[in-house]
Amino acid sequence: MSEHTLHFKPAEGFRARSKAVVDNPFLRQSFRGAMDFLMSKRAAQFPDPEELESLRNLGEAIRQYNLAKLPDLLERLEANLTRNGIKVHWAETPDEANAIILGIIQGHGATRMVKGKSMVSEEIELNHAAEAAGIEALESDMGEYIVQLANEKPSHIIMPAIHKTKEEIARLFHEKVPGVDYTDNVDALIQIGRNVLRQKFQEAEIGLSGVNFAVAETGTLCLVENEGNGRMCTTAPAVHIAITGIEKIVEKLEHVPPLLSLLTRSATGQNISTYFNMISSPRKPGEKDGPEEVHLVLLDNGRSQAYADEQLRKTLQCIRCGACMNHCPVYTRIGGHAYGTTYPGPIGKIVSPHMLGLDATAGLTTASSLCGACGEVCPVKIPIPDLLIRLRSEAFSAPHAKPAMRGQGAGHSPLISAIWRGWALVYRSPALYRAVSWLGSRFGWLMPSRQGAWTTVREPLRPAPKRLRDQLKERNKA
Amino acid sequence: MSARDRILARLNRSAPQQPPALPDVGAWYATHRSSETPADKARRFRHFIELAHAEVHAVSRNNWADTLHQVLKARGIDRLLVAEGTAHGDTALDELPPRGIECSVYDMAIEAWKSEMFNATPASLTAARAAIAETGTLILWPNEKEPRLMSLVPPVHIVLLDASNIYNTFFEAMTAEAWNNGLPTNALLVSGPSKTADIQQTLAYGAHGPKELIVLLLGEEA
Repeated sequence: MSEHTLHFKPAEGFRARSKAVVDNPFLRQSFRGAMDFLMSKRAAQFPDPEELESLRNLGEAIRQYNLAKLPDLLERLEANLTRNGIKVHWAETPDEANAIILGIIQGHGATRMVKGKSMVSEEIELNHAAEAAGIEALESDMGEYIVQLANEKPSHIIMPAIHKTKEEIARLFHEKVPGVDYTDNVDALIQIGRNVLRQKFQEAEIGLSGVNFAVAETGTLCLVENEGNGRMCTTAPAVHIAITGIEKIVEKLEHVPPLLSLLTRSATGQNISTYFNMISSPRKPGEKDGPEEVHLVLLDNGRSQAYADEQLRKTLQCIRCGACMNHCPVYTRIGGHAYGTTYPGPIGKIVSPHMLGLDATAGLTTASSLCGACGEVCPVKIPIPDLLIRLRSEAFSAPHAKPAMRGQGAGHSPLISAIWRGWALVYRSPALYRAVSWLGSRFGWLMPSRQGAWTTVREPLRPAPKRLRDQLKERNKA
Repeated sequence: MSARDRILARLNRSAPQQPPALPDVGAWYATHRSSETPADKARRFRHFIELAHAEVHAVSRNNWADTLHQVLKARGIDRLLVAEGTAHGDTALDELPPRGIECSVYDMAIEAWKSEMFNATPASLTAARAAIAETGTLILWPNEKEPRLMSLVPPVHIVLLDASNIYNTFFEAMTAEAWNNGLPTNALLVSGPSKTADIQQTLAYGAHGPKELIVLLLGEEA
């Protein structure tokens, strides 16, 4: 399907990619408009601040309770799914997950897979693995279908094609879908996608989906969607394969309603999604449709590293609503592709280091003004700014023997550390501070007029010719 | 050691000894959601599902087949997929064919007639098990007689809902019916026709599932 293989490349080119977007007024306008739209939709769903706050507290408590019991709940989930006839697989790495999925597909001699929206399948780059094995992996969520046709990656976890205008999509359909004339009528474009994909839903042997919540007590996989493609993928093909991160588990079914409410209201400003699909078993004897086989792949990929640290564990509370990116001034200006990671925006910055290592993602931790908007809107109260500061410290402090994270110290620079140690020394000693500030006031003119990035848009920094203490002294005299 | 054992061993090394107290979900709903009269619940249900672009008709027990017939006629639809062996399916089978609507039934596994289901089934009739007022949501539990694809593939999906089965919240529905004691193969919440806003945040209906969702609300006074 694609001419070349696209892979996520976090660290390299982050600056260049960001600059390209900032320099493009159309893209900027497009992101600004989309984010304003999503922010106002969310705000309209939470008219009562008390209700919002208490529901966020409940959501946080539910996620923390379930994470605290995670290993037990995983075993219970596995036991109950198995009892219900759903096969459970475990993968530590993306490669293992791909091998499991391709193994199931090839075991059926299948070559056609339709996919519902699954960010975890993006995380493991399943489409590339399938393509390499000669299996068609077709995205069926309209946004995902569009970015796949364009040979791109999703730029937002909820709205994958948010960076594209309808005119671009119209040209894309005209060029890539056989027999389609140019139209930029949105209803017509959706009908084109519908017709192509309806044929594929009939033909595909394999349906793949993500999971929004996995319920341990009943052995149930829950999926949230509006389009119906998720239901198609999990009902029409003979085999359904679901993939999820190990953190998306709740113990009790009653934990689902508050999380579902927080998810849809925070994500797209809907009081509920069009469909909420709860799957507890494959087709039973006598039933006339539904897959004969259902599989669940549980993926770790760095999540157990986050789990090991009490503070970093909060990263795993995430229910993937995307509100943090919708409210992020950085995301709004650079868009999702600039990050280079599967998960962009604030959540991407705190989750990607566990998946890819801090060595590949150290630069992302500093791409934040720490304005705090992400933490304020998070429906499960993940303290994203605190976690960003923690990750910066892990990335830029000197490597130590027992690091909490892969790639710890990757951003460390002995020179910069020495400068900060000197700075700390000066500020701890009044005598030294007086001496240094006196030198500054005398020799400030020696400061270079070009000071790197600072002076690209600002006046150079120079110590004042007269120190504050000297000015005060003079005033007191007078 | 398998991947499973390694993952569980890592998690077990770091899991807190004492998990926090079980969150009291019921207490939150008790303080934040009031109970309503059946008429209020029906009104709220109708308000929200209509906001989501569904069409609602108030019907009574003895005239709903007339409304069903009118709904189909207004759209020029002359074929309806119904669930044989259910009360509502059998009523449709009795009443519609004499009025010129052909009724087909889902009497064999989908593999035998997938193409017909996808390409020659313009509308379907199913019942809803219950509904949720605060979000305008239908609760469907597909079964052998009324399989899963019935409410998904036909472009027009008509649902019969008894207004006395409307809960205030999703939480109330699942606790009152003790869903945690066992769920069917597939349980569904449906809150409107299929839709998407994936092209420039412009809402379009009929993305992959039904383009139209029509609710026949039994027992609500119009």
